[in-house]
Amino acid sequence: MSGRAIEDLNEDGPVTKMHAPIRLEYRIGAGTAQSRFLRGVAEGKLLGQKCPVCSKVYMPPRGSCPIHGVPTEEEVELPDRGTVTTFCVVNIPFSDLAPEVPYVCAQVLLDGADTALFGLIAGMPAREVRMGLRVRAEWAPREEWTYNLGNIKWWEPTGEPDADYDAYKDYI
Amino acid sequence: MTDVAVVAFAQSKHVAADPNRNEVEMLMPVVAEALEQAGLEREEIGFVCSGSCDYLLGVPFSFVTALDAIGAWPPIRESHVEQDAAWALYEAWVRLQHGDVDTALVYGFGKSSLGDLHEIMTLQLDPYYLEPLWPDMVSMAALQARAYLDATGKTERDLAEVVVRSRAAAASNPNAIVAGTTTADALLKEQTTIAPLRTSDCPPITDGAAVVILATADRARAISERPAWIRGIDHRIEAHSIGVRDLATSRSTALAAGRAGAADDKVDLAEMHAQFSHEELIVRDALGLDDSATVNPSGGPLAANPVMATGLIRIGEAASRISAGGGDRAVAHASSGPCLQHNLVAVLEGE
Amino acid sequence: MGDGAGETLIDEHVLEFPGGYKRSVGPVVGRFLTGLRDQQLVGVRTPAGRVLVPPAEYDPETSAAVGERPEDFVPVGPEGVVTTWAWVREPRPKHPLDRPFAWALIRLDGADTGMLHALDAGTEDAVHTGMRVRPRWRAERVGHITDIECFEPA
Ligand SMILES: [Zn+2]
Repeated sequence: MSGRAIEDLNEDGPVTKMHAPIRLEYRIGAGTAQSRFLRGVAEGKLLGQKCPVCSKVYMPPRGSCPIHGVPTEEEVELPDRGTVTTFCVVNIPFSDLAPEVPYVCAQVLLDGADTALFGLIAGMPAREVRMGLRVRAEWAPREEWTYNLGNIKWWEPTGEPDADYDAYKDYI
Repeated sequence: MTDVAVVAFAQSKHVAADPNRNEVEMLMPVVAEALEQAGLEREEIGFVCSGSCDYLLGVPFSFVTALDAIGAWPPIRESHVEQDAAWALYEAWVRLQHGDVDTALVYGFGKSSLGDLHEIMTLQLDPYYLEPLWPDMVSMAALQARAYLDATGKTERDLAEVVVRSRAAAASNPNAIVAGTTTADALLKEQTTIAPLRTSDCPPITDGAAVVILATADRARAISERPAWIRGIDHRIEAHSIGVRDLATSRSTALAAGRAGAADDKVDLAEMHAQFSHEELIVRDALGLDDSATVNPSGGPLAANPVMATGLIRIGEAASRISAGGGDRAVAHASSGPCLQHNLVAVLEGE
Repeated sequence: MGDGAGETLIDEHVLEFPGGYKRSVGPVVGRFLTGLRDQQLVGVRTPAGRVLVPPAEYDPETSAAVGERPEDFVPVGPEGVVTTWAWVREPRPKHPLDRPFAWALIRLDGADTGMLHALDAGTEDAVHTGMRVRPRWRAERVGHITDIECFEPA
């Protein structure tokens, strides 16, 4: 049987609580479009997908234009550099997987994309990260690449001048 | 009361497992097909409502991402129910009564192939007395099947006859997964899985989606040559615990059918959300159908069961038969919860 | 994540809430679970006089509040009668027993409603509607529905 994964939460008084563990296992398919994207990522490529109606380039792509509800089959290879559109500084550790605090989470608008990609910013003090900052991907060693955006360890400043607010204000 | 009709119905080609398409990819072509049938542009739809279950995907709020299949910009009027999309259709029907919008698109989708559906359905049970024991979906149904057989004197052969008829009907349904000619004798040779039920008494694991478009009075007549008018619709729910219910009957179905006016006139066909063979017999009794009504001409959920769309498909199948002239009056039934806890009945008529 | 022969990438995914939920059971369910810990079965009497086992906070017929006074709780069982059952030939890993068993709705003596539990009866032939059964208690009880390991023929 499943084993009684229960504990005595109530000592000797009236029973007021119970423990309800749930565990379910799945095998999830990424779908055709996202699989194309993730196969690209496994080769160090960032393949956006373009809407045939409005020409917006989605990064990361999810296989459809959420505005028009149509498949985005045309692929556009994008450079691994872009502009920070917004960010936050994380000061509270909440996961073993996250870096040491403080660290910076940002939305990065790749050059040529119409949606921004989530990533970490490193290579500079957290307090100096700003909107408009130009960044480039710092990839993990090639032998560690897999079908996962975790292949990009973080984004680092390129040293270019900051982008004008007008250049990214529509993407925030 | 504003007259509302089903004017379009599309469904995916259901399969046991569709690993190559995620939910959005599965839905997009079905939405497009329904819009094309109705001759409507996306932005003409006044209200969108969906039904799905996050546990099927194992991702909280996964229904939000399904909106990518609809196109939600500029922002649309939208709602969602965490149950079969037949209830999304009910919400859309209520929404259309306001009179400010004249079309609604309803969709339901589910991929049961990703996890273990039989255990996922355990999570809809009371968490204190039932869920810790992990009675699965088939076990719960089997308890009701036994109660029905005990109360009526019917036998496992009666259940097998339901399966035989369902599979024969499904032979003409291109979306059916389980179809074809068989006999009760052949089915009864199978061992029971959870007695008194056999695998053949249970619905197939199915990935699929369905879309129904509703329209009000004049708009419906403009869209469809023969709209399937919703003349009555009602849903009723019983207590959750199966230990306080009479499992051999479905009082909630009977009440909903009465309120919807199912027995007010001759019924040509009925599509029932009977996932298990005995449920068809219980629901048929509760709807008060006589032998002249064709039951589950699509093959019903025993032929294909894309969970969270199955109930909506009953309404769509019934409506498309009315619109195609295959009948003048149909009853569609949808169910939710363990052992037919919650039941919806819609009466559809041609003009 | 693996790149199989198919078009799509497949990944294993586990849905698990760390530590599980800690639920408050409330006074009515709590009274029943407290009873289980003490190896006692209690029901609750509705204003209409029916005895609900397992207890609920409301009357399923009238929705009247139930169990507000201590005297509304009444001892039931320990034996009862099977009102419906289902035979499980191959138990699932999460099922309460690891050998073939029956699910049974059991109306305990003194109760008007059925309680679901596992029935350890050995073979399918040994089970029938109307048979009398009794609980098999666990030695270690914590106030949980599984403090009853299962029922067995009386
Ligand atoms: Zn677009």
